[in-house]
Amino acid sequence: MMSLTINGEPVALDAAADTPLLWVLRDYLNLTGTRFGCGMAMCGACTVHIDGNPVRSCLTPVSMALGKSISTIEGMANDPIGQQVQQAWMDEAVAQCGYCQSGQIMSAVALLKTSPNPDDATIDSFMSGNICRCGTYPRIRKAIHRAAGQLNAQQNSLFTEVKA
Amino acid sequence: MKPMNPSADFSGLQTQAQSQSEDASENSPMLLANVSRRGFLRGLGAVGALVLAARWDFASAEEAAKYGADAMPNGWVDNPTVFISIATDGTVTIVNHRGEMGQGIRTSVVMVMADEMGASWSRVQVEQATANEEKYGNQNTDGSRSMRHWFGPLRRAGAAARTMLEQAAAQHWQVPVAECVVTVHEVLHKPSGRKAGFGELASIAAGLAVPAREQLRLKTPQEWRYIMRDPQQFPATQDASAPSPQANHAAQPLAIDGWDIVSGKALYAADVHWDDMLYAVIARPPSYGAAVKTYDASKALLVPGVVQVIALNTATQPSAFEPLGGIAVLASNTWAAIQGRNALSIEWDFGPAGANAAYDSVTYRAELEKRAEQPGVVARSVGDFGKAKSSAAQALTVNYYAPHMAQAPMEPMAAAVRIVNGKAEVWTSIQNPQLAKMGVAKRLGLDPANVTVSCGLMGGGFGRKAKPDYVFEAADLSKAMNGRPVRVQWTREDDLHHSYFHTVALEHLSATLDNHGKVSGWLHRSLAASISSVFAPNADHQSALELAQGIRNMPFAIPNIQQESGAAEGHVRIGWFRSVYNIPHAFAIQSFVAELAYLAKRDHKDFLLELLGRPRKIDPRTQQEAWNYGENPELYPIDTGRYRDVIERATREAGWGKTLPAGRGLGLAVHHSFVSYCAIVAEVEVTSSGTVIVHRMDVAFDCGPQINPDRVRSQLEGACVMGTGIALMTQITAKDGRIQQDNFHQYLVPRINEAPREIHIHAVNNHLEVPMGGVGEPGLPPVAPAICNAIFAATGKRIRTLPIGDQLKG
Repeated sequence: MMSLTINGEPVALDAAADTPLLWVLRDYLNLTGTRFGCGMAMCGACTVHIDGNPVRSCLTPVSMALGKSISTIEGMANDPIGQQVQQAWMDEAVAQCGYCQSGQIMSAVALLKTSPNPDDATIDSFMSGNICRCGTYPRIRKAIHRAAGQLNAQQNSLFTEVKA
Repeated sequence: MKPMNPSADFSGLQTQAQSQSEDASENSPMLLANVSRRGFLRGLGAVGALVLAARWDFASAEEAAKYGADAMPNGWVDNPTVFISIATDGTVTIVNHRGEMGQGIRTSVVMVMADEMGASWSRVQVEQATANEEKYGNQNTDGSRSMRHWFGPLRRAGAAARTMLEQAAAQHWQVPVAECVVTVHEVLHKPSGRKAGFGELASIAAGLAVPAREQLRLKTPQEWRYIMRDPQQFPATQDASAPSPQANHAAQPLAIDGWDIVSGKALYAADVHWDDMLYAVIARPPSYGAAVKTYDASKALLVPGVVQVIALNTATQPSAFEPLGGIAVLASNTWAAIQGRNALSIEWDFGPAGANAAYDSVTYRAELEKRAEQPGVVARSVGDFGKAKSSAAQALTVNYYAPHMAQAPMEPMAAAVRIVNGKAEVWTSIQNPQLAKMGVAKRLGLDPANVTVSCGLMGGGFGRKAKPDYVFEAADLSKAMNGRPVRVQWTREDDLHHSYFHTVALEHLSATLDNHGKVSGWLHRSLAASISSVFAPNADHQSALELAQGIRNMPFAIPNIQQESGAAEGHVRIGWFRSVYNIPHAFAIQSFVAELAYLAKRDHKDFLLELLGRPRKIDPRTQQEAWNYGENPELYPIDTGRYRDVIERATREAGWGKTLPAGRGLGLAVHHSFVSYCAIVAEVEVTSSGTVIVHRMDVAFDCGPQINPDRVRSQLEGACVMGTGIALMTQITAKDGRIQQDNFHQYLVPRINEAPREIHIHAVNNHLEVPMGGVGEPGLPPVAPAICNAIFAATGKRIRTLPIGDQLKG
């Protein structure tokens, strides 16, 4: 038996220690929002956060996630940055087939956590590990800028409130 | 995308579609709350077996000419009771019977029906149909034809529902129906001002007969609220009392699946979990046609979680939609199945693969180049090219080459099948669910009425998921496991090694210029492996449908034209890839026009317009092209006026002729496919190290009226990105009968840093005076030649081989 913390909830399961976290999420826990795209960390569809850092779950053995905090796309509705990114994705109508977008969003949230106001070059560099075959990249860029703007506006209004 | 003769394809099936409204009263419970699904499978009992030997050519002259949706298997249906149900709380459920793969059809279908019936956007929901063409009409989602074929029938279904609601209100109030009118989600009695909501009227409406088609009043475009509008332009909902089930997302039609997608809740093929389900991964033969000689599964069976290893039948060539065979490993989870497959020891018998086992794409290209020196089979001949050659002032002869590609949808293929009490249940994502259903029924020996194919969202299709081989694998394995649920999962390596690959093409172009610099002769010898090779032995020339994709329907006003098709046998499975043969044909023709313009010292745009000649409508049949994407040649002629419109618009928006910094250039290309017109100007930089940066693309697109304009723009943006990959990096190669690309480190597709920096989409002829064209595919063919022409403008280097790869480096 092993215990994991996923989206803030403790989870116990029985899986081989070398099983990639992706398949634990998908096959053992039915958290199917994390997608399988390549199995060798080349496409980013399986991106999750471990202790806030984006990782490709298809190559991360579940044993490496023990005792750590795992966040998946299913947890983003409770993440303040995740919420803004999801809303920006809606507002820009980013998705076409949608399959890669869980991973795109997880990468975008990780980007905005470390770089609250990224320029295009920063976005391109950070997001280049996530493939979208439908070609939604122009809208992904716009949505990240939009989410950043919303988050900065929130920050500013909070700041103003504190000052007042 | 899928060139086949519809009427011959499902020869055992009866087309019932157009008589649907007569038996509407029997179906009318569909209009009630708690929709009964029982009527669903009715009428399927007597169907014959699926005929897999698809016929490739268009209907012969003696068959009655049928076009568009009329010519598709099982035609179209416009019966509202098939598509629309209203719950007593007023929720309207609209069935989408087409496959959703990112084109937004689930949204567009709802826009059309909801608008015509007068439903409030915030109170409609969409339900995905299972495979049932006898009920819904054709469901095969390819060829860029969902809206082009279904706009009319779906409008009529919506209008009929509106009429029935008005009749129901009249009955309810005991007033003349002429006094009752649908406003938004309710019916108004004009004289008294009384109102009744759709939910209140649902039960009465369900008891009414469906009105005759000719009695329907379609809304005028001025009355539309959703059709041809962006969501931001939707009028505010007027039914303030309505509950808002979709809360703050209700305002966006793009959000029909949007929230499910961004929250990870959307269900794709690999997202069902059935009790006791086994996860299967298959080791398939490395060469097309190879078989298992011997195998040892003992190590695989030692992998914890592995339950069973099963040898599958090897498909004989041509294999059509049959699975390739190989050894399947079934396990309690996907990872165990993958580990089990890695532990298999298999010796392959390459004998049955024949020449495929030695397939080498480098030597194959050299062979095609050699063959291109010799005349091919004449596809179209006008005037006398030889004569033009003998009197030419200048001439140019070049070869262009475009490689195999894999569609590589982000979602690798997956399908789950279980068989319970003689009934098979399939969960998958597929472009052609009916083909999967009929094939599963046949191989399991079941009546098709006992096979249910349910479809999740497709995580991309691009033509790959028009072939149900992966569904058949799951059906065979479930059968072998006595009906136990089995889900087959393809890995990315499986996808790249065993695609139905995009053709490989060598395009030999030769032209003559006269003393005035005008093109006097044009020879095009096209050698490309045919999709027919997967269906018919020795099919080594392009079919008529393939030559219809940019060759025979080339509209240039040149006095001497010779178009030929050369032999090019397929050594891998060849299949539909978004835009199909238009990709190599447009690359060659649009590059060659730019080369000739340069030779003639003319501006490319002026030269191209001159080649197109005066605005005129050409009947494609006068150019030996009778397919015309299945559309009526009188309604859909080749319109050089529309060609000119998109060229003028794209060049104007891009600032054609402007001065650019060193290393930058503008390139133009235009192409007509899927009865739409698209011109693109690319602004490209080639850096000193030979890296290509696509700074901007201006896309002028004429598909006629745009029903869902935002999804038209998103499809074209996607085409620009995918096309940039086709130009720069994307290819599949073979050596020793094996595909050389294993995963995305070797099969290169554009990433965000490689995509065009800016894409501007410009709608041309976006009105109802021209007939509707396709959207998903026609944006792609002009992208690569526009980029290559821009590279020439920037550097003077001419790209004749795709992808560009390292050709500009060093």
